[in-house]
Amino acid sequence: MMPTAHRRLLFFLLAVLSLASIPFASAIGSVTLDWGQWFAALTDPSSQHGELVWRLRLPRAGSAWAVGALLSLSGCLMQVLLRNPLADPYILGVSGGASFAALLGMTLGATAAIIPGLAWAGALISILIVFSLARGEGPWSGTRLLLTGVVTASGWAALISLLLTLGPDSSLRGMLFWLMGDLSYSRFPPWALAILVLVFLACLGMARSLNVLAMGETTAKLLGEPTGKLLWLVYLLASILTATAVSIAGNVGFVGLIVPHLMRLVVGSDHRILLPAASLFGGLFLVLSDTLARAVLAPRQLPVGVITALLGVPLFLLLLNRARVKQ
Amino acid sequence: MSLLSCRNVDVRIAGIRIVDQLNLDIKPGQFWGLLGPNGIGKTTLLKCLAGLDEPAAGQILLESRVLSELPRKLLALHIGMLQQHTVYVFDSSVLQTALTGRHPHLAYWEREGPMDFEKARNALASVGLEAFAERSVTGLSGGEARRLAFAALLVQEPEVMLLDEPTNHLDLKHQVEIMHMISARVTSGTHSAFAALHDINLAARYCSHVVMLFGDGEWCAGPSTEMLNEDSLARLYHCPVERLESTSGPRFHPAPRQG
Repeated sequence: MMPTAHRRLLFFLLAVLSLASIPFASAIGSVTLDWGQWFAALTDPSSQHGELVWRLRLPRAGSAWAVGALLSLSGCLMQVLLRNPLADPYILGVSGGASFAALLGMTLGATAAIIPGLAWAGALISILIVFSLARGEGPWSGTRLLLTGVVTASGWAALISLLLTLGPDSSLRGMLFWLMGDLSYSRFPPWALAILVLVFLACLGMARSLNVLAMGETTAKLLGEPTGKLLWLVYLLASILTATAVSIAGNVGFVGLIVPHLMRLVVGSDHRILLPAASLFGGLFLVLSDTLARAVLAPRQLPVGVITALLGVPLFLLLLNRARVKQ
Repeated sequence: MSLLSCRNVDVRIAGIRIVDQLNLDIKPGQFWGLLGPNGIGKTTLLKCLAGLDEPAAGQILLESRVLSELPRKLLALHIGMLQQHTVYVFDSSVLQTALTGRHPHLAYWEREGPMDFEKARNALASVGLEAFAERSVTGLSGGEARRLAFAALLVQEPEVMLLDEPTNHLDLKHQVEIMHMISARVTSGTHSAFAALHDINLAARYCSHVVMLFGDGEWCAGPSTEMLNEDSLARLYHCPVERLESTSGPRFHPAPRQG
């Protein structure tokens, strides 16, 4: 736990770095711009590199930022919902439904423009299935939700394997990129940012309720929370965030697990601080990862999910190890 | 006027009868002890009194209003409960955890003010955890976690304190201190407490009233001086009990086995 003054400074740095990462990322790629070219491109969209920066790189960096923030916020909510610091945004099958619908679209030759819509529809179907099956009779049960979600996710995984087996070879590469998480075709969608901002504000408003919910359902009830409604609201908000992220970028892994976890270690578990910190850092993390994905083997581009996993796995193991030593 | 009362309350869990036709008036200034063997339903009864579970029949009233019809937030302003177990999954500081007791007192967007921090610090000081304020809850010992949970209950300031084995995990000194603190709040005249206890002697020393649960729905309740004796306790625990006199009243011990 750090003193308030340190936390303010950290917040300030995080906000500046996070937002600055978007224009910064636009300088780097298969053609790396020097300061002068970059500045000219940013200030004048009609300049030599203006097109590249304004039409390709900035929208892509913007998508990366939005996806990173969406997944991190969703991860924070899922962890409270399931009261498990290892829960991630994909655990309850939202991304499975989205992926199946998107891949089905690719198999049937749908154009890239309607894939996000299909993914969103698939996610919504998955949310409704889990919601109606897990709700059942009687009070909220986290175990039932977890089991229903995990089994639904496995069901989607089986259907996705089936599609990969039966689909035409020509669409396999696109499908694999989608499953790993890829931003090559994403154009910055303003509606995703709107969803992010709205859900973020809603979550910030109930952040103190999330704090008591994290202490257990009974404790939250005893402290005056109508937990039945609250838990379903958290589930729906987390699912909407995940669905939005996945519809833009496919299954980018580890961001939604690592970022909330890392931020819990750094700023603590007060959600009034954790939620903004995780959103800002999540955006930053994915912009940097995607920049690496474009630059490492340029002009070849890697799916960003490969980079997040390659960075995320060792980082996570290190954190777990450190946490064990601390205890 | 009773703070909390039971009117012909039946409590069941999985078809097992915990109490039948329970009538109870918990008044300000009273410290009730809830006694009974393991698994007899003490926690279940406490949960009903806290509004976490519903009784199978009858009514539980907060002052004169039916508990189940009141919004949770309002209940939390009047009734607080120390649970039997406290497990912290997420890291948080001891002070932040104590502050959660202020949750029902604050509006939707409101942040804790200086008054709230002062209450939390005072409560931590009263359970001897003031030096732990900035520490992480995940590193606390069982007894420290217990005292922190009690501090959070003090910070919540409910008129009715329900306590599920408040002295669990505590050493002798802290057992006495926590019972003393509950007793002090209650004897101030506006609060009442209702605690499930396993230690008959703590009940004999601190509780003004006791409820005994015998199983199969049987119960009896009344002032502890009348209720606590060798016969009732032997019947309650299925174990012979002998009475010893101490300077501060009677004490009860398992009688030595014959032969």
